[in-house]
Parts: sequence; structure tokens; C-alpha cells
Amino acid sequence: METKTLTKQPQKSGQKVDKRFKILEVTMKRNHYRQDALIEILHKAQEAFGYLEPDVLEYVAHALKLPLSRVYGVATFYHLFSLKPSGKHTCVVCLGTACYVKGSDKILAALQQELGIKSGETTADKQISLLSARCLGACGIAPAVVFDGEVTGKQTAENVLEKIKNWQQHGEP
Amino acid sequence: MNLEELLAIQKETKQKRQQKPKQIRCCIASGCLSCGAESVKKSLDNAIKEAHLEQEVEVLGVGCMGICGRGPSIEIDPETTLYHNVTLENIPAIITSLNQTKTSENLPPQGDLNHPFFAYQKLIVRENSGKIDPDNIDDYIAEGGYQQLHHVLLEMTPNDVIKEVTKSGLRGRGGGGYPTGVKWATVAKMPGQQKYVICNADEGDPGAFMDRAVLESDPHRILEGMAIAAYAVGANHGYIYIRAEYPLAIKRLEKAIQQAKRYGLMGSQIFDSPFDFKIDIRVGAGAFVCGEETALIASVEGKRGTPRPRPPYPAESGLWGDPTLINNVETYANIVPIIREGGDWYASIGTENSKGTKVFALTGKIENNGLIEVPMGTSIRTIVEEIGGGVLDQGTVKAVQTGGPSGGCIPAHLLDTPVEYDSLQKLGTIMGSGGMIVMDQDTSMVEIARFYMDFCQEESCGKCIPCRAGTVQLYDLLTKLVERKATQQDLDQLEALCQMVKDTSLCGLGMTAPNPVISTLQYFRDEYVSLLQVT
Amino acid sequence: MVVKTLIINNQLLTASEDQTILEAAKDAGIDIPTLCHLDGVSDVGACRLCLVEIEGSSKLQPACVTQVQEGMVIQTETEKLQTYRRMAVELLFAEGNHVCAVCVVNGNCQLQDVAVRVGMDHSRFPYQFPQRKVDLSHPQFGMDHNRCILCTRCVRVCDEIEGAHVWDVASRGGQSFIVSGINQPWGDVNACTSCGKCVDACPTGAIFRKGSTVAEMNHDPEKIRFLVTAREQKEWTR
Repeated sequence: METKTLTKQPQKSGQKVDKRFKILEVTMKRNHYRQDALIEILHKAQEAFGYLEPDVLEYVAHALKLPLSRVYGVATFYHLFSLKPSGKHTCVVCLGTACYVKGSDKILAALQQELGIKSGETTADKQISLLSARCLGACGIAPAVVFDGEVTGKQTAENVLEKIKNWQQHGEP
Repeated sequence: MNLEELLAIQKETKQKRQQKPKQIRCCIASGCLSCGAESVKKSLDNAIKEAHLEQEVEVLGVGCMGICGRGPSIEIDPETTLYHNVTLENIPAIITSLNQTKTSENLPPQGDLNHPFFAYQKLIVRENSGKIDPDNIDDYIAEGGYQQLHHVLLEMTPNDVIKEVTKSGLRGRGGGGYPTGVKWATVAKMPGQQKYVICNADEGDPGAFMDRAVLESDPHRILEGMAIAAYAVGANHGYIYIRAEYPLAIKRLEKAIQQAKRYGLMGSQIFDSPFDFKIDIRVGAGAFVCGEETALIASVEGKRGTPRPRPPYPAESGLWGDPTLINNVETYANIVPIIREGGDWYASIGTENSKGTKVFALTGKIENNGLIEVPMGTSIRTIVEEIGGGVLDQGTVKAVQTGGPSGGCIPAHLLDTPVEYDSLQKLGTIMGSGGMIVMDQDTSMVEIARFYMDFCQEESCGKCIPCRAGTVQLYDLLTKLVERKATQQDLDQLEALCQMVKDTSLCGLGMTAPNPVISTLQYFRDEYVSLLQVT
Repeated sequence: MVVKTLIINNQLLTASEDQTILEAAKDAGIDIPTLCHLDGVSDVGACRLCLVEIEGSSKLQPACVTQVQEGMVIQTETEKLQTYRRMAVELLFAEGNHVCAVCVVNGNCQLQDVAVRVGMDHSRFPYQFPQRKVDLSHPQFGMDHNRCILCTRCVRVCDEIEGAHVWDVASRGGQSFIVSGINQPWGDVNACTSCGKCVDACPTGAIFRKGSTVAEMNHDPEKIRFLVTAREQKEWTR
């Protein structure tokens, strides 16, 4: 079996333990290290680390006694798990039908052009991640865009670009 | 907890609510929250305090009022005045208007509760939505909550419950329309000590948010419905599989479960009966295919959400190989009223083969966006023109899309079709979970078909060839059409491949993925032909 | 043993009740094409090539996971089935990078055999030419993702027979690929016992023995069946 020591595993006593691994450990304990809790644990891991780096996946696999490929397979199956770090700000454009019918595709196109990246990518300066979602269930206020976790409705390409420019200029939301 | 205690809470809460002569109910469901409902409610709270009206006015956060396109909404009782698009600037005016001595300026637009949007609706699933505080179990109990669970546990056999549900004629609201009573009876008949009930809250159709609104507005109704189902089929463990995209619904469900546990309405020996029941929440991670029941089960087990061939059906071999009942949120939401009013009452609503009401998320190019609940058999024209108030900017309806990526389009000339499982199927679409998207004259149907195919190719799990590789090729063919590079041969190939993917895919996602193309080809063939390259 | 009688392609035959349509047909000498089925491991019903028409059923059913029933009337070679099978194989060829002329298993490839069987000589769908990798990190074996058809036979054989679970499926939809370990080179996966079962299980030239040249390699899928029978019934010779 695996003998490789993990770079980010909690260190032995006396050394400082990465707090994020502590959070992960508590979550796994609360779930009794059950293999069927893998998805909940990955959610928590992503929350703590920001994204699922290989070391974290390996750590979870060992703790739950799951094959590495199985954990990797699950982590890459679900859209919400990210194996790459994301930018400081995230902008999610809803491409659900109601938003699409009301022009969210044009908003996304404008953003892609402005930022020079495609949906799912992060700008080179690691400032902004651009994502698209399949229906946020906020169809009543279509088209909807999520800025750093905050859903805003009835957006237009103009005011979305303005918001982005604010981020770029101040680095603040 | 026993019945006396339950009734005492009901009485007490009702009295408490009647102590103050005025009540302002603020919608704090996701739709309104994203338009600033939270700050509206906070400002109202503060303004009431400043005006020293705490003894006279109660401000209550409630679930979805339905008219999501005009949030934030508030409703003031006892006059039942409804205000839309409430902004912070309106707050002083609202406070002044409370004492009715003078009409004040600067009030937000007032909603008309006699408008067809409200008048044509019949609320069963959403009877408590927008009326009760979803974070407070006492509010639910005040409306008679958990009394049906008591009635079922102490006065009915599991078989009686199944008979009542069968009699009601209720069919699965998740899309398939399978008779709920039959499903329950099948699971109940299965041998084995361990059985499960699952609530499918993985509402993934783009353009649909009925389940989210129910969970955010009235979570205890789902818990009670699931408990009744568990008793009927002989299960003692339930799971709610909910998509991670609904954080507020998850929070409210978690809270509801906590509260139910504290009252002893969940746990062991509920109402001092031998019935034990607990519910766990499982949060998805963004995969549309997990709405398919075998994929959902795989995901609950912590695996890749890929479907497996059926049979065996989950009723026989589901979660961890045990008999499992899976119903959708709206289906469970119908259970309490069915037990309360009786199966015959429920069966008296709707049409011959489609009973009760259906909740739709009415969106797209329409005047009144929002959630509506209408009796089965209501015509689509009534929904679009009366309830929905017609197309935005005086436009004309070109088509109405139902059933999301698994459904199809209903062209304008067939708008008189009643909403029923069978009549919609005859038109080549499906009832689906309840997304209803109105498209106007400017919408390109080929682009809409391509939009859905893009969705399907991205959401395909990749397990079977027709869905994995077929949807990619279908998407490419549709792109070729949109870009005016396709020939008649491409169109023929598109049709042949649609048929193949539909007939040979492993699960519902693949089998229905071509539906948006097939249905738009059926009604809007000219549009496809007009895009062909002239050779 | 309870015996069931059924009719496949107008031929009356008997089968034991625990058999699938695929097994019953094979015993009677009726060939139903398949790619994801492998004797000895579980069935997933994923390749859809073994779909058959059963009288009284509106849907096509996969023969590999459908149990026989008394009085079943089955057709395996209707025009519709032939059309669909051919399209499925075309989709496979268009999806990956399958170049028989330079493949180690040319002439000994199940995908090639099935293509010949369904009469597919070219794909009417545009080739996707995906960018895929070749993993040569394992000392004995290689994995050429260009030739992979995602039948998951390697995944199942490694998990169910060898118990190592080196392989799994990663990502989803058209982006799906067979992953080793935590998406690391095959040779770096400590769990791999180098048993070679995945090599024998692979229906195409995706997993191959290093050093084989064009048309030189032979798979031995029968070995998997032999191993299972040997373990279960203690028959160690073949």
C-alpha cells in the first residue's frame, strides 16, 4: 500500500498542525470515517482549503480507506468541486433557461471578452474567476449573476462589466 | 410529545399571533432575498421600534409569496395589502400607512390579490407558503402541522395510508408521473427489515425552482410527509438529497429537523407509538444526472452519480441494496393534505388521469414571473395569458417550453392544451417537474434546441455511448445549423441520431435528451430548413 | 435448476433461470455483439450494443443484464437494432483516435471485430480528434487513452478480481477518462500489483504490453473467466 509521506499531513506532536487539516479531521470523525460520507467530506475540504489539491484528496482517501482513483473519480465527477485554485473574486453567470432566454449568454460573452478568459477559467493575475451555472433557481429575477456568493438579479452586460471593473480597480468587492 | 401538547402549542401560537392587531409579512425566500428583502425586513423592524409600535405590529419573515419577479414583496394583515418592489425609501411611507388615517405618498406598487395571478390559483402544496415563518416549528403546528402524522400513527394501519394515497390518484411530481400509491405499495410489500425513504430535492431543470420554494417556505411539510411515507412502507430512516446550489433551503431543512427532534416529532417512539424515524440530509455537488433515481442513490452512497440499468428498481433494491422509496419534494408536499382531507377530496380536483394541483415556475418572456399552483387541467393559455399576464413588452407567444432539457415546446396554436401528464405527452413534451418558460417571437427555436443539447452533453455522466458521444455529435450538428453551415444531409443525420440516442440510452437523461430537438423539429421545421445552406 | 424456455430469433431454446439473455443466446450459438461485457466481472449495461427487442416491451433491453423469463420472444437482429449498433460503433470511432493500421492489436481487437460485424467501414460522424495522452510509466505495460472506449472492463477487473482498484473513471460526459491512482502516472501507483489482468480485459489496444509492435499483441479475456471459475470451483486447469 501507500507508503509515501504526505507533504501536508498533520505533523507529529511538537510541530504546528495545519488548522485546515484539523477541520477536515473533525469532519471525518463526525462522519465516523464512513466511506459514503465522501461527498460531504469533500465539500468541507474544499471549504477549508479553497480547492481540492491532490494532497488533500490523498489524505481523505487514506482516512476513509478508499482507493485513490475512486476519490479522484468522485471529485472530478461533480461540477462544484474544483481541483484548481480559484481567483480572489468569483463571478458566476446563470445560464439556466429563464436567464438564457433573457440574454445571460450575452452577459457571459461580454465578460469573456472583457476578461480575456473562458468560463471556468481564472484571470492570469488570479483576481477573477469566471464561472457559469446551470440554473440558480432565481428565475424570477432573470438574468441572474452571482458576485462573490451574492445573487443579484435583472443584470445587464453594462452593469456586470462595471462591477468587474470595480474589482479590478480596487481589488475590493 | 402527545396530541394534547401539540394542540396546546397550536392554540398558544395562534393566540400569540393575534395579540398584535397588525402583521407585516416579508418574503424572505431566495428570489426576494436576492432583491434585497433582508435589508427591507431589517429596516421595517427598526422603523417599528423607532415608532414605538412593537406592541401593535408584528414583523414576520415568511416563505415565498409566488410573485418572484417583483420582489421584495410584503403583505400587511389584516387588510391583506400586498406591496411589490419594496425599497428602503418606501419604509417610512409603509409605517405611516399602517394607521390608515391618511394615504401616504412614496408607497411601493400595490399588488391586486384579485388579479388572475392569484385568483386562478388553487393552493394545496403552497397553502402555508408566504404565510408562516419557515424557521419556526410552532408556526407550522399552528396551521395544524404534525396532526396528520399523529392521526396516521395512532389511527391508521400502513395499509390504510397507502389506500388513501392510491385513492387520491396522486402521481409523481418529479416528472415521470408514476402513480404514488402503487410505488408505496410496492416498497411496502418488499420483504426485509431495513427500508429507506428518500426525498429527491435535486431540482436540476434549468428554469425550475418549485421545490426550492417549498423547502424554503414550508420545510416541516416535507418532513411530515416523509414520516407518513416511512410509516406506510415500513422504513425508519430517510434521506433528503438536495442540491448544494440551494444553501438557504438546506439551512432551513437542517433547522426544521433540529426542531422536530427537540419536540420528539422525529426520533424514537414518535407520539408514544412504536414508530421510529430519522432523517439525514445529503448535499449534492452539482450533477444534473443525480435527479435520476439510481444515480441519486449512488450519490447518497458517496459515489460517482452514474445511473445503472433498471430493473432492479429502487423499490426492490435501492440504497445499499435495500428496498427504497424515492419521491420528489412536491409529491411529499401533497401527502399531508391528502391524509387530512381524504383521497376522495384530492381526486375530485384535476382531470381524469391527472389529479390535484401542479406547481409551475412560470418564467421567460412573461409579465408575471413567479411560482403558481393551478388545478390539473388548467389550459396553458390561461396560465400564460391570464395568470402570467401575457408576454413582456406586448410581444406574442411563440412557444411555451415545459419539462426542461427532457421536455419540449408547445407552439402558440396549441396553447389551449390542458396541463395533464397525458395531453402534454401527446404533444411530444412532458409535464416534467414544473418549469414553464415562455418564449416570444424573437426566440430562435434552433438556438433553444442547441442550448438544451449543450446542457445535456455537459451533464451526461459519460457511462453509455449514445448519451456520451451522441449528445456531443448532436450539439455539433445543431451548431452547424445555427452557423448556417449545415446541409439537408446534416438535418437527416440529426433526426436519425436523435432517434438512436432516445431509443438506446441507458437512463432517463439520455433517453429524453433529444426531446427538445424532436419537438422543435415537429413544430418549427421551417426554422431548421431556413438555416440550411443552399447548394 | 429451473429451466425456462424462450425464443430468440425464431429459435426455441432453453436456459436456466439465473441466466441472462446474453448467456442463453451464447449457449445456443447466437452471437449478440457487446463491448463492455466481460465474463467473470459484473455487468454495467453501458455500451448498448447488446440491446435486443423483446416482444411486449416498448423499450430495447440490454441482453447482458436482462434475466431470461419463461416464454420470452426476442429478436437480436432487426433492422432497427442493426442501424443503431452501427451508429454506436461510428460514435465510438469518431470519439477517440482509433487508427487500426498502427495499433498493437490490429487483427485481434474486439472493437475492430464489432465494427466488421455491424458493417461499419467509416464513420459518418465527424471525427473529434481529441487530445489524449499515452502513459508509458509502467515498466511492463502502457496505456494509450486515444484507443480507450471507456468500457470500464479494466476498472472492474482490477477492483473485483484483483482487489487493487488502481483504475477508475474520472471527469464526466465526453471528457471522461480512465484514471490511475490520483491522476498520477500508472507506474507511480503503489496499489498496482502489475498482475496484467487489465491488459487481458481491455477490448482494444488501449492497455497493452510494452514491446509489442503493430498487430502483434493478443488479449486473453478468457483468462479472467478462468480465474473466477478457478477460485469459485477450485478448477485450476484450463
